[in-house]
Amino acid sequence: MTGAGDQATRSAIETVWRMESPRLIAGLARITGDVGTAEELAQDALVIALEQWPTRGVPDGPGAWLMATAKHRAIDLVRRRASYQRKLQEIGRDQQSRPEHTGEPDVDAMDDHIGDDLLRLIFISCHPVLSPEARAALTLRLLCGLTTAEIARAFLVPEATIAQRIVRAKRTLAAGRVPFEIPPRTELPGRLTSVLEVIYLVFNEGYAATAGTDWMRPPLCAEAMRLGRILAGLMAGQGEVHGLVALMELQASRVGARTGPAGEPVLLTDQDRRRWDRLLIRHGLQALARARELGGAPGPYEVQAEIAACHARAHSVQATDWERVAALYVVLGYLAPSPVVELNRAVAVGMAYGPARGLEIADTLTAHPALASYPHLPAVRADLLAKLGRIEEARREFARAAALTGNERERALFRARAAAVPAAVPGQGMA
Amino acid sequence: MRYMMLLSGTNPATPPPPELFEAIMKLGGEATQAGVLLDTAGLLPSAAGARVALAGGQVTVTDGPFTESKELISYALYEVRSKEEAVEWAARFIKLHRDLWPGWTGSTDIVQVMDPAGP
Repeated sequence: MTGAGDQATRSAIETVWRMESPRLIAGLARITGDVGTAEELAQDALVIALEQWPTRGVPDGPGAWLMATAKHRAIDLVRRRASYQRKLQEIGRDQQSRPEHTGEPDVDAMDDHIGDDLLRLIFISCHPVLSPEARAALTLRLLCGLTTAEIARAFLVPEATIAQRIVRAKRTLAAGRVPFEIPPRTELPGRLTSVLEVIYLVFNEGYAATAGTDWMRPPLCAEAMRLGRILAGLMAGQGEVHGLVALMELQASRVGARTGPAGEPVLLTDQDRRRWDRLLIRHGLQALARARELGGAPGPYEVQAEIAACHARAHSVQATDWERVAALYVVLGYLAPSPVVELNRAVAVGMAYGPARGLEIADTLTAHPALASYPHLPAVRADLLAKLGRIEEARREFARAAALTGNERERALFRARAAAVPAAVPGQGMA
Repeated sequence: MRYMMLLSGTNPATPPPPELFEAIMKLGGEATQAGVLLDTAGLLPSAAGARVALAGGQVTVTDGPFTESKELISYALYEVRSKEEAVEWAARFIKLHRDLWPGWTGSTDIVQVMDPAGP
C-alpha cells in the first residue's frame, strides 16, 4: 500500500470512529458506569482499528466492528475489576468502588438501548454539578467527538485550558458518583434546562462570537444544531427541545446574509433576505409547529423561535409584524426576565410604534448594572437617537458601543455607523 | 459542510426487493437521528420529466426519457463535518444495494453545496 493510501485509510478510519464515538462512549459508559473510562475504551477501539484495518482491510460494518471491539475491552475491564474486588474482600479490605458495576455487564442489551444511552450521555455531560463551560467542553468532546485542540480553537482558549476543564469535569462526575441515567421525572425539567442551555451556549458561541476577529464561527453552530436535532429525536415529546431546534434553525438560516463580502457584520434589517437559507427556515418553522402542537405553556426557547419566525416569514423589514415581535418580547420578559430582552423589546417597539417609544424603554436600562459594559445598549440607543435627529448624541453612543465590544468586526461596524450618522441610518441593533 | 448526494444507476430485471426499501428507510432514520440528513427524496424515471436546454442561442425543450445516461434515482442533502463523512454515508447506502439487490449497478455522486457563510 502506498503512503497516500495509508493516509486515506487512516483518515477513513478516523472518520468512522468520530461518527460512531458518541454511541460507543454511551454504550460503554453504561457498562463501566464512568464516562472517563468509556472514552478511554472507545479510544482503544480506534487504536486497534488503526492497527488492523490498514492490513486486514476495513470491515464491512465498521461501526459494528468498533462497538464489538470496545465492548470486549469493557467486559475484560469489568471482569478484572470484579476479580480485583473479590481479592480485596478476601484479604479483608474495604470495598472502594461502586458495587453495581462489579457484576457481569448487561452487554447484549447494549445495542437495544443506544438511544437511551445517548440520552444518558447527554444528561451526564450537561450535569448541573459542572460549570456551563465544563459542560460545553465535555459535550463537544463526548457527543460531537471533537478533539481537545478543536474545542480550544472553537472557544479561542489555550488547549491546556480545555484539557484541564475536561479532566476536572470527568473527575467531578466520578467523585460525585453522578449516576449514568435519564433523570427521574421530578428532576427532568431542571436537568433538561441545563442540557438546552449548553446546546444554546455552543450555538451562540458560534453565532455571535464574543471575542476574536471573526463575527461568527459556523462550525460551532453546526455542532449545536446537530446536537439539537439528535435530542429532538430522543425527546420528541418535549416542546422546549423543538423550540430550541426551531430557534437555532431560524437563526442559522440568516448566517449567509449576516456577513458582507469583506466578512463584516450585516445587521438583520440590512440583510439581503434572498440569501436566507430557505431549507433551514422550513426546518425551523416545522420544529416550531411541532413545539406548538405539543401544547402547554410555551417556554423561553419557543417564544424566541416565534420571534425569529416573525423575521423569517417577512420578505422585508417593512413587512415584519413588529407589533407581534414587541408583544412576544413582553411574553419572553415574563418567562426569562433579562435586561437584554428588554433592550430587544425597545428595538421592536421602536419599529412598531416609532423611535421615541423605543428610546423611552432603552433609556430605562442605562442605569442597569448588568448592561454597564454591554455594547448593544449604546448601539440601540444610538440608532434610535439618530432616527430622532439627535445626531451628536447618536454619534457619541456609537463610539461608546465601539469602545465596549470585544469583537473587532463589530467594532468596525459601530465605527462605520457612527461615521454614517448624518446620512441615512439603516439598521437596528440586532442581527 | 453541506453535500448533495445524487444516486444514479441501472436497475436489473428483477424488481427491487422489499428488504432493500426497509434497509434504506432504516439507514435514513439513522442519518436523521444523527442529525446529519437534511432532506431526501426518490426521483421518478426521466420518462416523467423533461429537459430545457440552451445551445447555439436556441432554447429547446425535450421530454424524457433520456437514454444517454443512467437514470437518477434519488437525492439526499447531508450536513456533515467532512467529505470523508459524506463518503461514509454514501458507502453505507450503496452497500445496501450490493447486499440486497443482486445485479444492481450504479453510483452516488457527492457534490459539495456552496456554503452561504463562505469556505
